[in-house]
This record gives sequence, C-alpha cells and structure tokens, in this order.
Amino acid sequence: MDRIPILRMGAFLLVTIQVDLYDRLALSLEADLVDMVHKTGARGVLIDISSVSIVDSFMGRILGNIASMTRVLDAETVVVGMQPAVAITLIELGLSLKGVHTALNVERGMTLLNDKFGQDDELAGDDADDAE
Amino acid sequence: MIHKIAQLLKTNKARLLDGWFQKQLASETLRDDLMTNDELRAQSEELVNALTKTIHEENISQPDSSDFDEVFEILADITAQRARQGFSPRETGLFIFSLKETILDLLADLGADDEVMLFQESRKVSHLLDNFAIITFETFIKSREEVILRQTEEISDISTPVIQVWDGILALPIIGTLDSARTQVVMENLLQKIVDTGSSIAILDISGVPAVDSLVAQHLIKTVSATRLMGADCIISGIRPEIAQTIVHLGIDLTNIVTKASLASALRYAFGLQRLTVKRVETDKKAF
Amino acid sequence: MLTTLSKDTMAIMREQDVVPLRNRVKEVAVKIGMGLVNQTKLITAASELVRNMLRYGNGGDVLIEVVSKGREVGVRLTFSDRGPGIPDINLAMQDGYSTGRSLGLGLPGTKRLMNEFSIQSTVGQGTVVSIVKWKNG
Repeated sequence: MDRIPILRMGAFLLVTIQVDLYDRLALSLEADLVDMVHKTGARGVLIDISSVSIVDSFMGRILGNIASMTRVLDAETVVVGMQPAVAITLIELGLSLKGVHTALNVERGMTLLNDKFGQDDELAGDDADDAE
Repeated sequence: MIHKIAQLLKTNKARLLDGWFQKQLASETLRDDLMTNDELRAQSEELVNALTKTIHEENISQPDSSDFDEVFEILADITAQRARQGFSPRETGLFIFSLKETILDLLADLGADDEVMLFQESRKVSHLLDNFAIITFETFIKSREEVILRQTEEISDISTPVIQVWDGILALPIIGTLDSARTQVVMENLLQKIVDTGSSIAILDISGVPAVDSLVAQHLIKTVSATRLMGADCIISGIRPEIAQTIVHLGIDLTNIVTKASLASALRYAFGLQRLTVKRVETDKKAF
Repeated sequence: MLTTLSKDTMAIMREQDVVPLRNRVKEVAVKIGMGLVNQTKLITAASELVRNMLRYGNGGDVLIEVVSKGREVGVRLTFSDRGPGIPDINLAMQDGYSTGRSLGLGLPGTKRLMNEFSIQSTVGQGTVVSIVKWKNG
C-alpha cells in the first residue's frame, strides 16, 4: 500500500505530495497526519502540492478536513505551492478552501507558521499565548 | 460540337486564357497598382490550367465534386494572396465572373447554331463558376476572421499587463470590460506572474473598468480567491465613487476583500503588509 | 455539427483505474494543443465524473473523443454507467446537494468547468454524462 511520507521539522510537519492522488491514498494521508500531529504535538503542518497537477472536490475536501482536524489539535495547516491552473480550476469548481492557510512555497509557509507562533518551537510548551 | 463542352474548353485553352486576360486588362476594375500584369497573367493561367485539367463532361454539372479540389485550392490561395495585397472581395469576385463571361462568349461563338444546347451548357458553366466565386468569398471572409481572432487575442494580451511595482508587489491595471473570457486571461497572467516573481501581494486596479455589475464583481471575487489559493494577498484598487454606489445598490458583498480608492493607497497598504515604510530623506542634494 | 476525429474507450471498474484515465485524457488534450488551464479543468471534471461513476454506478465506460465543430477542436468525454440512475436531475445539479458524503459540488462544479455538459439518466438503468472542453474554450 502506498503511503505519503510525513517529515518532522522542529515544531512542524512537512508533507510533499509527489504522486497522483487517488481517493484512498488521500484518505490515508488525512488519518496519518492527524495521528502524527497528535503524537508529536506539532504546531503546524505544511502540505506542499507544487507537483500536484489536479485537485478535485474530493481532494479539496480532504485538505479542508486536515486543516479543521489539526486546528482542533491546536495546529495550523498551510497548503503551499498550488499551481496557477489548479487554483483557477478549484475556484471555478466552487471551492475556495476557506479556513486553509496558503503560501507560495515551503519557505513562505514556514515563515507564516513562525509568525503565528513566535519563535518558540517548544514542542511540549503549552502556553496558549498565540493570540492572533 | 458544343455538347462536348469540357473537351471544347480543353482544346480552346489558349484562346480562353487570352480572351480572359484581355477582358481583365480592359476592365475598369483592373488594379495594376496592386499587381503587375505579369502576375495577373500567371494567376489566370494557373487557374485556367487547373480548370481545364480537371474538368470533364460528368463533373461539370457537379460543382462540389472533389475532382475540383485542386481548383479550390488554387482559388483559396489566389484569394488569400489578393486579400493580403488589398483587393476588395468584389474585385476578386469579378476576377472569377470575368472568366465565366469569357467561357460563355466562347460557347456563343462556337455553338450559336444550336440555341437550346447553348442555353443548357451555359447554365452548367454558370453554375460551376458561381460556385468558384462563392469559394473566393468564403476564403476572403475566413482570412478576415482569422485576422480578427488574432487581434482579439492580442488585445486581451496587451490589455492585461502585470507590472511588478515593488519587490514582492504586483499591480494589474484592468482597462475595459471584464467578461468571463477576459477574467480567464487576467487570472492566468496574474497567477503565473506571482509564481515567476515570488510576489505575495497583487493589486487589481479597476479604474479603467467602465462599469461593475454583479457579474463583473463575481469575476473580481474569483480572481481574488484564486490569488489567495496561491498564497498571495489581493487588493482591489481604483474604485470610483459611482462604482462604490453601484456595488452597494446591487448588494454585492466585498467585505472579505481589501478594497482601496486609489492605486497609491493600495500600494501604501501593501507596504504596510511588507513592513516597509517610505520616508522623505532630509538632504540638500537632489535625489535621483 | 459535431464531428468525431478519433475515439477510444476505457473501462472503469476500480479506483485504481482513475489515474490511468486521467493520464489518457491528458495525453489526448496535449495532442490537440490544449492549454494547461483548460487541460486541468478537463482532467478535474473527468476526475469528478469518474468518482461519481464508481461511487453511485459501480463503474462503467468512458468514451474519449477528439471532436470538432466549425473552427473549434476539443475533447469530448462520455461517462456511461449501469447504476441505479438519478431520480431528480435538477436536484442533483444544485450546488451543495449530495446523497453521499461529499461537498455536492461534483455535477454543478463540473458543468462550470466545461463548455458543454449534458446528462441523461433513467432510474434502474443508468446514467450517461457527456462533457466537451474546447481547445480555446
């Protein structure tokens, strides 16, 4: 069974999707990510979709779900590197991914998350000082 | 003798060509300013050659027969060439009609003794050459359409320039009406430029858009949402007072979109997002 | 008048057949010189419809055609299943309506992505959805 690898980078998790997603693979990514956020107490999740050439409504829903689920676990999700053609198609399809943060690339996404949580990458630090 | 009309055209080819050429030279519509007589002769010869080569007693009454493909091709070439040279469609049409007249003259000359036959054969010839003339019109219109299509594309390309006004800040002044085809071009250009320059802020300036109705607003909202999906912020600027009025009267909801009255204030806001300040430098020297 | 220039059929039985279908559609779109954005719209629409076919119709066949109309060239995809059919097509075409657990954007969203969209369904016999995307549409 294929699995999409999840990398841990300090307080954040990084997922780079480089294969054509079919529904079951996307669903298992959702479950794995939520598990991993819970296990590591990560504060942010970066999903790099720069090599993904299509995102349909199912895949869009998975991205939205991941963002909502990780938020419940006190982690923010940033989708990075969406291709122009994919963005135009998603909008036309009627999906604007409200509630999902976006950034141009992994680096910008990382900056966005750092800005949100300050510089403390204490994994265990539960001081709820991320007043936004 | 005249019932073998195709044969007749073949054997009298030289006479036909000469007659036609003379007729064209004598015509008021001769455009020796656009084409030399040698060129005209070559063109006429090419067409007559092709016609006499392909025509026979059966296909003469089937103007759409694929036997004439070669003739059609030559006609299309001649028409396209003439259109480029500046001939009017009427002049190209007359070019074919004068060939018809020449053939009819020839028939009348050779077969005046049998009037019924002459009439029947003339009809066939007329029918065939009218069809040729129609082809020249069709080709003419088609080449015009291609020009229009190309210009439309060019206009939509040049009317949506994306300018990098600052490191990380793009501006896109929209001039003219924003329909759905145009929105596509705007979105594609803007999003691609965001990727190319790594910009995180885009300013859509609509001061050149004559009117904003709910459809145009929808296109604007789409563009803003698509920009957001890419991870960049989008500001709409250049909102004239009457546009602000229509937006509210139509009940268009732009509350989730940052809007500014002028490009300057949008730029100031963008600097704020980038944590940049612009200061006047106190100095005696002139700054360049 | 729509003229078919070439055609090809693919059977969709399982979820694994989806990726090859997307690739095949992309191949055809690239061959006629369709731009990247229109390609993406077409493949996304195909992906939506093929999921519907698997979920509600137990799979079916997809006909991939290159078609032309006047000066336009495009790709037509026809999805036919022998599933239960859709009782109320107007309802299914509304944004946000879904019988499964989805966003309900599949059919109406797909229609927005395409130049032409038609759907025929007979309860108990199956559903046929046909879409066209023009190269410059």
